[in-house]
Amino acid sequence: MFPTPIQKQSMAAQVSYQALLPLALIMWLLPLIAVALFSIRPLADFTNGNYWGMPSSFEFFENYGKVFFESDMPRYLWNSVLITVPTVIGAVALSCMTGFALGIYRFRGNLLIFFMFIAGNFVPFQILMVPVRDLTVSIGLYDTKLGLVLFHVAFQTGFCTLFMRNFIRALPHELIEAARVEGVAEWRIFWFVVLPLMRPAIAALSVLIFTFIWNDYFWAVVLTQGPGAQPVTAGITSFNSQFVAQYHLMSAGSIVAALPPVAMFFLMQRHFIAGLTLGAVK
Amino acid sequence: MSTATSTRRWNPQITTPLLFLLPGVLFFLLYVIIPIGQSFNISFYKWDGLGEAEWVGLRNYERLMQDRAFEVSLWNNMKWLVLYLLAIPAGLFIALFLNQTVTGIRLYKSLFFFPFVISQVVVGLVFSWFYLPREGLLNAVITTFGMEPINVLGDPVLATYGVIAAGLWPQTAYCMILYLTGLNAVDPEQIEAGRLDGAKGWRMLWHIILPQLRPATFIAFVVTIIGALRSFDLISIMTNGGPFGSTRVLSFYMFEKALSEYGFRMGYGSAIAVVLFLIMLVFIAYFLWSMWREERAGRH
Repeated sequence: MFPTPIQKQSMAAQVSYQALLPLALIMWLLPLIAVALFSIRPLADFTNGNYWGMPSSFEFFENYGKVFFESDMPRYLWNSVLITVPTVIGAVALSCMTGFALGIYRFRGNLLIFFMFIAGNFVPFQILMVPVRDLTVSIGLYDTKLGLVLFHVAFQTGFCTLFMRNFIRALPHELIEAARVEGVAEWRIFWFVVLPLMRPAIAALSVLIFTFIWNDYFWAVVLTQGPGAQPVTAGITSFNSQFVAQYHLMSAGSIVAALPPVAMFFLMQRHFIAGLTLGAVK
Repeated sequence: MSTATSTRRWNPQITTPLLFLLPGVLFFLLYVIIPIGQSFNISFYKWDGLGEAEWVGLRNYERLMQDRAFEVSLWNNMKWLVLYLLAIPAGLFIALFLNQTVTGIRLYKSLFFFPFVISQVVVGLVFSWFYLPREGLLNAVITTFGMEPINVLGDPVLATYGVIAAGLWPQTAYCMILYLTGLNAVDPEQIEAGRLDGAKGWRMLWHIILPQLRPATFIAFVVTIIGALRSFDLISIMTNGGPFGSTRVLSFYMFEKALSEYGFRMGYGSAIAVVLFLIMLVFIAYFLWSMWREERAGRH
């Protein structure tokens, strides 16, 4: 292991390492801790300029209650769910198929199509913005959740295909050969042989895409307008203008908005990290 | 292949991949590939997004050359690119710090990674509050050290660096997790061999560890460069391009021109997008080339 395990070092080194760990963590998360502290303060603290002293009272329920019951936040959150979940399902389903086609079969243009997906996945959003917005408007899906979902599914298929194809590539090819010798139809090979083996990849991609889409801001601004369809990332700006300069409520609001992907991450950590490293770093 | 002699009219070895690819490829063409071409086309027009588009040839690009705001944006993009790369050594440093097996280290690793999972919108909000001149924690800290309070986001010189610092926070976390996974896979025998040869500390890191971390470094480079050029959310949330347009980057300036209260100048906006795309294309081409080499190496 590198660096040398701390257990093999002097007692002093071990003690200082143990002390340094929480200290470093607090430093690292300082901006976030500040927001968390803000979110439980009463309004009075801000008007009195008591930003960092002891809170004069503990207003966790009051502040978060306001976020949930006196703002559009629940609607935005629900919109986010209705945009994120179908996107995850759509992108993963499509890329299971493209990944299978590109990972198993050898044909002319295979690598070309694969590279088209990778390249498309890297382009700046702005080069797509005007035409995609036009397209969405012209099929009557501007300011709808479906309009956002369709674009996200298409765009995420690029990244997902990269991931799925490499994953399928690494599967033992003998399995498929054996099934072919048995005379199993190609689509049944996909469904009964390959798909069950892809479970870890599907899990990894699902968490990852969930986070990406939940956190998307740019397309939410480009393709939606009001609380009818806007996800929480875009909604939070209207939330903040509703509670302008009320830092305790804005803090509580942004913590609520950030929470679902965080929960997803802590629940599915192993899969998440496997996805992030693109499976390239085992 | 043996199936080439199949007597069936349709060869399943060809039709199956075709059918499996069809929905994904069509979707991707419609929403990603074709729009790229359309944007190129629109950049030759003067168009407000509603009425008739007027062909102006290269005039949008000529105007870009004299546009001071474009110059500032381009220059800021360069700052982003260069400074964002700091996330790679910083991530490596934290990964080395955390690559131990003490109790609770798993939780520490997750908590260090945490900023990456939060949306950039929230990161932007968190940092803009952190920087607040009166209420912000940053000034609370530096004034206790007897320094003058600073208004990071209100200062045209400092603002961009303040936004980049906010971006480095999640990006460093991403690079850290890449390196942590990479360090897990480092061959212990080579480390032992290195130790026997008397390699320690920096020399060990440079000659034995880093070469084995190359795949992690490559991905860290890819995601960091893409992330730097994609920066939009943070700027939009933290400064909205200001003060005095000093924090604009191409992605933000394009949005501002094409789709904001300043008017719908789709043609001019598309020209900006094309420039950004061409910058990105240099990196994309390099990435694809590296991947292609690996594909070839993997096959033979």
